[in-house]
Amino acid sequence: MTHSKFGQVRFENVGKNYGDFTAIPDLNLTIEPGQLVTLLGPSGCGKTTTLRMIAGLETPTSGRIMIGGDDVTRLPPNERDVSMVFQSYALFPHMSVLENVKYGLESSGFKDAEDLALKGLDLVGLREKAPRLPSELSGGQQQRVAVARALVLEPQVLLLDEPLSNLDARLRRLVRTEIREIQQRLDFTAVYVTHDQEEALAVSDRIVVMRDGLVEQDGTPYELYESPASEFIADFIGEANILDCDISSVNADTANVLVGGKGFDLRSRNHSIGKGKLAARANSIKLSRDVNGGPAGKIKSAAYLGDHFQYEVMSDLGLLFVIDNHTDELLENGTSVGIDFDARGLALIGGKK
Amino acid sequence: MKNENRRLDLALICGVLGLFILPWFHIRSGFFGGEWVLDLLSKERYWPGFFQLFLGKLQLLPVFALVGAAGYLRLKSEPGHRGKLIAIIGALGLFWMVLEGLSIGLRGWNWSLLEATFGRVDGQPAFGAGAVLLALTFTTFISFGLAEKGALKGDAIVLTAVSLLILLVATFVFYPILSMFAGAFQDFRGNFTTEGVMRNITDPQIWKLNCLVGGSCGIAWRTMFLAIATAAGSTLLGLAFALIVTRTQMPFRKSLRTLSILPIITPPFVIGLSLTLMLGRTGFVTEAIEAATGLELGRWIYGLPGIWIAQMLSFTPISFLVLVGVVEGISPSLEEASQTMRSGRWRTFRKVSLPLMAPGLANAFLIGFIESMADFGNPMVLGGNGGVLSTEIFFAVVGAQSDPSRAAVLAIILLGFTLSAFFAQRMWLGKRNFATVTGKGDGGRYAKLPRRIAIPVGTIVALWSLFTIAVYGLILFGGFVKVWGLDHSVTLAHYITAFSISFENGFAFTGVAWNSFWTTMWIALAAAPLTAAVGILSAWLIVRQDFPGKSAFEFGLMMSFAIPGTVIGISYILAFNLPPLQMTGTALILIFCFVFRNMPVGVRGGVAAMSQLDKNLDEASLTLGANSARTLKKVILPLLRPAIQAALVYSFVRAITSISAVIFLVSAKYNMATAYVVGLVENGEYGVAIAYSSVLIFVMITVILGFQLLVGERKLRRPENTQKSPAQGKLKEAAA
Repeated sequence: MTHSKFGQVRFENVGKNYGDFTAIPDLNLTIEPGQLVTLLGPSGCGKTTTLRMIAGLETPTSGRIMIGGDDVTRLPPNERDVSMVFQSYALFPHMSVLENVKYGLESSGFKDAEDLALKGLDLVGLREKAPRLPSELSGGQQQRVAVARALVLEPQVLLLDEPLSNLDARLRRLVRTEIREIQQRLDFTAVYVTHDQEEALAVSDRIVVMRDGLVEQDGTPYELYESPASEFIADFIGEANILDCDISSVNADTANVLVGGKGFDLRSRNHSIGKGKLAARANSIKLSRDVNGGPAGKIKSAAYLGDHFQYEVMSDLGLLFVIDNHTDELLENGTSVGIDFDARGLALIGGKK
Repeated sequence: MKNENRRLDLALICGVLGLFILPWFHIRSGFFGGEWVLDLLSKERYWPGFFQLFLGKLQLLPVFALVGAAGYLRLKSEPGHRGKLIAIIGALGLFWMVLEGLSIGLRGWNWSLLEATFGRVDGQPAFGAGAVLLALTFTTFISFGLAEKGALKGDAIVLTAVSLLILLVATFVFYPILSMFAGAFQDFRGNFTTEGVMRNITDPQIWKLNCLVGGSCGIAWRTMFLAIATAAGSTLLGLAFALIVTRTQMPFRKSLRTLSILPIITPPFVIGLSLTLMLGRTGFVTEAIEAATGLELGRWIYGLPGIWIAQMLSFTPISFLVLVGVVEGISPSLEEASQTMRSGRWRTFRKVSLPLMAPGLANAFLIGFIESMADFGNPMVLGGNGGVLSTEIFFAVVGAQSDPSRAAVLAIILLGFTLSAFFAQRMWLGKRNFATVTGKGDGGRYAKLPRRIAIPVGTIVALWSLFTIAVYGLILFGGFVKVWGLDHSVTLAHYITAFSISFENGFAFTGVAWNSFWTTMWIALAAAPLTAAVGILSAWLIVRQDFPGKSAFEFGLMMSFAIPGTVIGISYILAFNLPPLQMTGTALILIFCFVFRNMPVGVRGGVAAMSQLDKNLDEASLTLGANSARTLKKVILPLLRPAIQAALVYSFVRAITSISAVIFLVSAKYNMATAYVVGLVENGEYGVAIAYSSVLIFVMITVILGFQLLVGERKLRRPENTQKSPAQGKLKEAAA
């Protein structure tokens, strides 16, 4: 085992069928050591299957999976150097918190299992809960025990399967920062599955967006948001309005784009001149009462959500979804409005890498 | 990679042990008795397989060759490359053992065709310890080979469990049934003939339909009519009980639930005996009626009407158990929804509740049907001159006419009936499976029964309960009177005859019942953990593992529920009386019979309990570095403890009360309590029979109560860890 590959995960032409159904047609993916990579996508996109194949809980129908440079395709889960945090936590209800954390250490034959387990509990700040049963802990505490139980084994790769989905919104924000902080401090590889794009953006070094078993786009959060490869990505990562546009000129990495008669300079990835599509974030569309030659539309529905207004606008460019943070005055249904864009919320879709 | 070699070494050591050390052939005095060691030198029969080769048993040569080949692969090849070959060696080995075992009998070839082809060959005895160990070795070869190939995520433990279970089920469920079919086509010498089948299958005693025109019908039809009548009756009564318990305010309705424990603990003849005491020719009810009216009632209780009443008494509690679950399973909100849509209680009941119960009713009907077909005790006591299939099978084997072919044909007919009912229900159910229990918290209350139903139904339930209490009360009472119907003076004589002990020449059990009592106890104790283990292991495989042929495996297990005990008994005799497997007359055959007869219940209980366990728990354990054995031991089994305990108690109790299969398998050395009671009844010693039965009931109640105390205690210690369905419920579930 070469040290440089410690913690690396590689999929080589991996396919997975369930009978006639193809969950993953052909996956090639390398996850670099020390990174937190998120598998993101709608339900049924194959992200959990991918994670479970790393764990060894599913066997690929074809192809190879390498962990730390070793072929583990046919290795049973208990012989792989990975551990996993489950969506349901899967804490053993008949064992105390300490016994739960100790369990994996004992399976692997550690002599000082108890000490290591207590240290693991320190890591998540739950040492004093050691003798309790999981059912006596709150949801957030149970979640942290599950993380500690997986971490004490110091695996090459930590797998997290929607670890926050059973927590409420506030706790979710707290715990995800905590997980990210531990991951950066201990510098291990982590593969994180979620369907929540905000969570993905917040924790990841890299995001792999999957759809129907295929990798739709693979990049840093910034790349995904600013240069979505497809309409699907643009819509999935931070809801966006997909608009037709004309690319009038292209420079090195910017393009001049015309939308609704207005021109903008946007980041480009080797786009060619001609017709194109762009994503306009809901808060980048500015509505005003004066209609002055530019694109225009009529308010179809309006809603007040405390810190912002939310509109649907029937416009020359199509149906637009708009968020307005200036909550001085609500535009009534049927009001005619002029439409303008903020260049910072516009992104060209597609192009080649 | 060392792991693969280590376990293969272990298998090879077993193979060598089986070939070179252990006696290859069956030992009549019993392998575990150990007496054979003394005769080892003088008796060639006891020699291990290796020496048998030199005695001319060349049929063992391929076995040596295959084990040798496996050893060669172990030394010369790496785990990655040899997997397929090792699996093939295992499969070939098993195949060859089955082939040669079935082909060569005690006196040479079993089939004249083989003798004509290959010339004469010496006979061989049945498989012994060495051969059995070799069969197991080959089975592990198959699993280890497949594991090395990466099947089932390379999990050798799961693969071994699967192949062992398949081997066991094939040997103890399918092989006996096949032997029974073969048995129908053999004469006394074992030659193939269709004579017996033709004679029996066309026998008017079985098939005539004269009862439709005023005569008497054949046994097959009688059995079927009785089964339909019993199933219909017990389902209706069971439904009445279930409705009263869940949907009325009738007094004492809570205690009706304790009725459900009765069929589990009732030895098979008790109800028949008690009915005789009550309604027989000299029964006290009969005499009272005759005295009052001057009518001559006679022997009407002996025959189908009597059996029908006895079976209704026996099986109504079972159907009640099933239907209580069904009635409680209907979400109250469905009924409330119906009522808010302007339907009265009666319309709601007819249009919503009843259709939702239909699958449950079908299930209760099926259980009643199969139980009635399989029932042996009641027809035995009350059958009189006209028996049913199960008793007829018994008399075809033990009676003066002793005609195994007839027994086999009758058993096939019986099996045909129960399996048809099983498949018919499966097909019918396939289309309408309403899951009404959603797992969501469901407020709302059950709609009360409309008055015009509640009053008549309540009356029936009350009367039937009184009748049941009277019947059981009589059992206790009957053991204490001298001669029922003639001399009602109170006596302990029957108990003394059965259970006396003496201190004269040291302590001794002198009562006539002790022998069979202790045999029953230790066989039941030995069978219980095996049953639970096989049942829970199967449940684990069915719920948690995915392997090819799983649905067939599951189906086979569930189907064995529809095989009547009489059929199992007769098929075990036919299968295990001659080589290659010879076990009749041993305790082992009784234990195996109990294990595979009661296993479906363990499986069902285990499946139900395991489905409630989050699958992620196993997966978490695996990803934490534990192998499947440790996962099973540390995570699954502790969480399944209530289900395991229920399976233990249930199989223990069932082993005490079972009769239909056992009656064929007992021997002078290993007699069981129920079989002994049959003998008493046949000799007319009712008093002792009843006394013995009462003691059995008492023992079983003690065991069940003790078990409940045990579980209750556990709950106190860990209140936060209580399972949703308490063990008591599990036990009842298991009984259904």
